[in-house]
Amino acid sequence: MPLTVSLTHYLILGAILFTISIVGIFVNRKNAIVLLMAIELMLLAVNINFLAFSHYLGDAAGQIFVFFIMTVAAAEAAIGLAILVVLFRNMHSINVEDFDSLKG
Amino acid sequence: MAAGLHPTILMIAPLAPLAGAAIAGLLGTRFLGNRASRVVSCGAAILGVAIALAISIHALLAVTHGANFNGTLYIWMNAAGISMEIGFLIDSLSALMMCVVTSVSLMVHVYTIGYMREDEGYNRFFAYLSLFTFAMLMLVMSNNFLQLFFGWEAVGLISYLLIGFWFDKPSATRAGLKAFLVNRIGDVGFILGIGLLLAYTGSLNFTEIFARRLEIAGLQLPGTDWMVVSAACICLFIGAMAKSAQFPLHVWLPDSMEGPTPISALIHAATMVTAGIFMVSRMSPLFELSDAALSLMLVAGAITTLFMGLAGMVQNDIKRVIAYSTLSQLGYMTVALGASAYQAATFHLMTHAFFKGLLFLAAGSVIIGMHHDQDIRNMGGIRKYMPVTWITALIGILALVGAPFFSGFFSKDSIILAVGHSRIAGSGFAYFAVMASVFVTAFYSFRWFFLVFHGRERFEGGHVQRDEDEPVGKEGHIGLMNGEKPQESPWVMTVPLILLAIPSVIIGFLTMEPLLLGHFFGGVISNADSHQAMHVLAAKLHHGVSSMVFHGFKSPPFIMLLGGAALAWYGYIVNPSWPGRVRQQLPHLHALLENSFYIDRIYDVVFLRAAVRLGRYLWLIIDRRLIDQGLVKGAANITRRTGQVLWGGDRIVIDEWIVNGSTRLVNWFAVRMRQWQTGHLSHYALVMILAMLGFLIYFLPLPFTR
Repeated sequence: MPLTVSLTHYLILGAILFTISIVGIFVNRKNAIVLLMAIELMLLAVNINFLAFSHYLGDAAGQIFVFFIMTVAAAEAAIGLAILVVLFRNMHSINVEDFDSLKG
Repeated sequence: MAAGLHPTILMIAPLAPLAGAAIAGLLGTRFLGNRASRVVSCGAAILGVAIALAISIHALLAVTHGANFNGTLYIWMNAAGISMEIGFLIDSLSALMMCVVTSVSLMVHVYTIGYMREDEGYNRFFAYLSLFTFAMLMLVMSNNFLQLFFGWEAVGLISYLLIGFWFDKPSATRAGLKAFLVNRIGDVGFILGIGLLLAYTGSLNFTEIFARRLEIAGLQLPGTDWMVVSAACICLFIGAMAKSAQFPLHVWLPDSMEGPTPISALIHAATMVTAGIFMVSRMSPLFELSDAALSLMLVAGAITTLFMGLAGMVQNDIKRVIAYSTLSQLGYMTVALGASAYQAATFHLMTHAFFKGLLFLAAGSVIIGMHHDQDIRNMGGIRKYMPVTWITALIGILALVGAPFFSGFFSKDSIILAVGHSRIAGSGFAYFAVMASVFVTAFYSFRWFFLVFHGRERFEGGHVQRDEDEPVGKEGHIGLMNGEKPQESPWVMTVPLILLAIPSVIIGFLTMEPLLLGHFFGGVISNADSHQAMHVLAAKLHHGVSSMVFHGFKSPPFIMLLGGAALAWYGYIVNPSWPGRVRQQLPHLHALLENSFYIDRIYDVVFLRAAVRLGRYLWLIIDRRLIDQGLVKGAANITRRTGQVLWGGDRIVIDEWIVNGSTRLVNWFAVRMRQWQTGHLSHYALVMILAMLGFLIYFLPLPFTR
């Protein structure tokens, strides 16, 4: 049986990326930048699902959505990094462990 | 749509100042170094307005040759059968307004180069000025209510921004806020009027509304015997009342003098405040159907023109005198509207724009010469030092009081004539008011003129160290130093004065015949046959302008004018101690006039304090008495009493088990709950994800839930 790339493969890839990003958010204890990267990765996983479905359903709307998501992701990354810079100025750290002022 | 008026060209007229505003605003104060950006921003702004002026003149010429344009350029949206559009209606009225707006605006732009030279907000000022020109052009060129309302609100916004231009000065920001709030009251009326017309005609477009006006003429508001047209017109006039500062919504205009002087000239004298007059003239086919609205305008205008003129007689701030004069002149225009003489109102609007703009710019020139001292009691004898300002101010004053042959004479006398022949209820009172106002106008105008430019030099009283409230003068203080004399302003300020002085003299003579007697406004402004003022006026003046000038020297207004001027001359030149004695003998009258009949004070007590008091009362009654004392304390008392009754045998049960036990339980529970509150975002996110996963499993028909 020749190896063909089917819809399932894309969905599995998307699911793997999504899981990696979730794990990245929860297991990460050190670096807040990794958090941002994990969020970006999560969006990319969604993008892959969009693209895969768009291709297999023959509907271009999904690909257009991907563009929107990428735009929003870029804006979000810019804002997130800016927040991080301000955070670092105030806390002198980007260690996620240190950000616990909500602790009861 | 005749040749010569192309929509693309018309579209450039408002867009050119908008582009100028954008360039001036975006280039900011720091870009390319302050000096370069100043040149760029004032250049761009002036170029934009100059283009708009060229197109306006082109449009006016085309309109006089019979062309006109009425069309939609862009459909914003269609909702529930209502079409919201951007469109232009270019006819004689709007073309005339375009020319007035852009020409005065251009003069003010040039003047600003000199006036604001020392100010940090130079670029910001140009951006606002050009933006204002854009908004005003959108207002006058519109062919539907939506765009009119857009321009209406936009000019109001820019007026707010410019009154509070020196935003580090508390009185200026307060004045801006006041203007904004008073205009909101008017806007409620305006938008209600638009809504009524929309509900009954189903359209926002002027032409379509006018086409259906006779259908709605006989209708009444459901449940009442009020005519729909009257209600709509009165609502619209309430909008005009706020914008054109008519009694009782006039209170913002004197305070608006906190803004820089070029603004007072452009916005608060020549253009924005006349937007209400313009709107009513534009709506003349509707207003002609409602005698009630006309009467209301007559009375409101008459009260404004007379009483604000009286208040102007005792003001001591160089700009406040002219501000009260503007109120009074706007009253003249409103009276003319009420007498159904829309042509005369528009005519006076135009002449007033030129001579009042001129007077404000002259006052600004004096203010610069006096180093930001605005008290006319500290002036006198400036004629020697500022000859150009003196002669142009004299021309402005002569036009304002209506001296024969000057532009104000033609417009003001035709208004008086029209009101005298009006048969609408209230015209008798209005005729008395406009006639008496001629005397009052002459008195306060010449009082201002003599105090500023003639008499003894009183410069020594004006020098004070700058306090926080005052605008920054050149040297960080206001007023002239001891022995210092005022100096004539630079040419960028005197040239606009001269250029505005020319139309202040001749524009009335040149344009009266077509505007009032001819058919310039034919088909644009309508006068019902039952309202005879305009017809009588046309019949009376058919001999032409030169005979009107000749008759002007022996008409009653001229005698009133001479009386007022003579009184001012006696009181401020011949016998300067006399006004002080009159003031001492009539202290109450003087205080009444100086405080503008205490209307601000009344509003303060009736509306502001009442609102504050209502809030405090509710807080006291509802919050303190009902909730705090009734519910909270009552509940506490009940608990305490119950506790006392049960005190005896139940100490162990209640104290140990329930009281201490409950705290122990809460404590135990809280310690365990605290551990969930780690403060780490990732933990919260994990809970979120797990919850979402749970919902997914619960709701989706996945294989493992079946």
